[in-house]
Amino acid sequence: MTATVTVSVVSERPAALAGMPRLPWPWAAAGLGALVICCAVGVLVGPVHIGVGAVVQALIGGQVDPGQANILWSLRFPRVVLGVLVGGTLAVSGAAYQGVFRNPLADPYLLGAAAGANLGATLAIAFAPGTSILAVNIVPLAAFVGAGAAVAGAYALGRSVTGLRSATGLILAGVAIAAFFNSIQSYVQQTQTASIRQVYSWILGRLVTAGWDDVLLILPYVILSAAAIFVHRRLLDALTLGEDEVTSLGIPVRRVRLIVVVAATLGTAAVVAVAGTIAFVGIIVPHAIRLLIGRSYRVVVAPAELPIGVITAFLGAPFFIAVMRSTRAAAL
Amino acid sequence: MSDVVLAGVSVAYDGAPVVCDLDLSVASGEWLALIGPNGAGKTTILRAIARLVPFRGAISIGSRALTELSSREVARQVAVLVQEPQMPVGMTVSQYVLLGRAPHLGYLGKESARDRGIVREVVRRLSMEELASRPLDRLSGGERQRAAIARALAQQAPVLLIDEPTSSLDVGRQQSVLELIDQLRREQELTVIAAMHELTLAGQYADRLALLVDGRLAAVGLAAEVLTERAITEHYRAQVRVIQMNGSGTAVVPVRN
Repeated sequence: MTATVTVSVVSERPAALAGMPRLPWPWAAAGLGALVICCAVGVLVGPVHIGVGAVVQALIGGQVDPGQANILWSLRFPRVVLGVLVGGTLAVSGAAYQGVFRNPLADPYLLGAAAGANLGATLAIAFAPGTSILAVNIVPLAAFVGAGAAVAGAYALGRSVTGLRSATGLILAGVAIAAFFNSIQSYVQQTQTASIRQVYSWILGRLVTAGWDDVLLILPYVILSAAAIFVHRRLLDALTLGEDEVTSLGIPVRRVRLIVVVAATLGTAAVVAVAGTIAFVGIIVPHAIRLLIGRSYRVVVAPAELPIGVITAFLGAPFFIAVMRSTRAAAL
Repeated sequence: MSDVVLAGVSVAYDGAPVVCDLDLSVASGEWLALIGPNGAGKTTILRAIARLVPFRGAISIGSRALTELSSREVARQVAVLVQEPQMPVGMTVSQYVLLGRAPHLGYLGKESARDRGIVREVVRRLSMEELASRPLDRLSGGERQRAAIARALAQQAPVLLIDEPTSSLDVGRQQSVLELIDQLRREQELTVIAAMHELTLAGQYADRLALLVDGRLAAVGLAAEVLTERAITEHYRAQVRVIQMNGSGTAVVPVRN
């Protein structure tokens, strides 16, 4: 070797480094296109026929039949926007959890968010039906509080047992807390049989909405959560190294883990509060993106996830099976 | 100056002492090999110097106490090459090497053109240009080791800690990795502290050897002084012959009676 270059000498050329993750525009564009199509379908399809012309007129503020305008603005538009927010948030949160816990099967409900939300909602439906606080229905509030409480509980438990030295302790704590909350929820549900139908319909998840209230309710949390995760994307990449290696790079592993978990939980709790527990999105979407685009968190949590998030929210389980199969094929 | 001085350093895991009252000083630009049987505390000493484990006593780097430095400052002084580096699936060599720039970035900072330039230089220095876009999981064992060295080098820390640099490599690749480390040490005046289990290679590449036994320093000095049949028989419970090869170092050869 004849090299005498020292690494402190750096050329002034604009640095184009080979092998850096890039958001591939065709895929991003395809995702965006699919998002538009899904939104269009969500807006156009319903019991009352409303034509494309009327929708466009409504959007640009033109002349529309008042009945149709009412349906669009108070039902279909908010529903589609809510779908985008819910799908996108679950997908981003799922990716964040998978990064923090270095576990490809981690989903946004890993630390008990779903169990907590279910318990909160069940309590509210069973003991305070129809109540609202500050004009907001109590069910989403109770679900939000429940989800937050469950994850906080899991975090406290994991911390007291393992001191957060390993992610495994936290995951186990989440499992324990979820089981605990689920048992209380089952008990309440069994003793309050009158509300069982309502509880089930809540737990199964839905995107029906009574206007913009739900959207406005979750929007601040969703934005905060997505922004916090997005700015941590470089550090999420670093977390894929071993514990000693990340620490030796001067990265405060525990702080990163805490902030990202809190952010992902906040977003998850918010969407779970209005949409119930929609399964799979948090696992399918990040994996689909990893298969299609690449594994770096720089692209996985990029805004491109949002569109694909809403699509899988529509396609659901079949897609999950497809992803599982192709993953297995790749592994064999 | 990047000399490393340990004074009265002790480390315990869950109350059990692993390193006891260790005094050791490594000069700036020196290569010190930590040798000793399994469980002697070699890795633990490296972890203490990188402040990855709490310790009692004092460790200083370039006359600054380790405990005075922030985590990022430590990372700018000390780069660590662990024994089995995690190679994240799908991550390319460039991305991986770029992680080495982390200590030079703010918490939420982004790599600048300068950081990417440094990575490109490091990749070129290690003749890995054609591997830059390749995912780590498609590298051979030797290429992985070079990628790990590149990441440590991108950190631009004057002290390089290496845990068993050659553990899963064949003899030719062991030599080329050690040659590479030695060249880089000379070029960039790195202080190298390496835990090594290949005694002959340790003697050939390191300036001095420190023999650790049960967390204590049993001997420190030149290869010819430390690698004696008596010491190795006693501490490793091994049957060996030690052969002085004129000008080529000290060979430790296992024998079977």
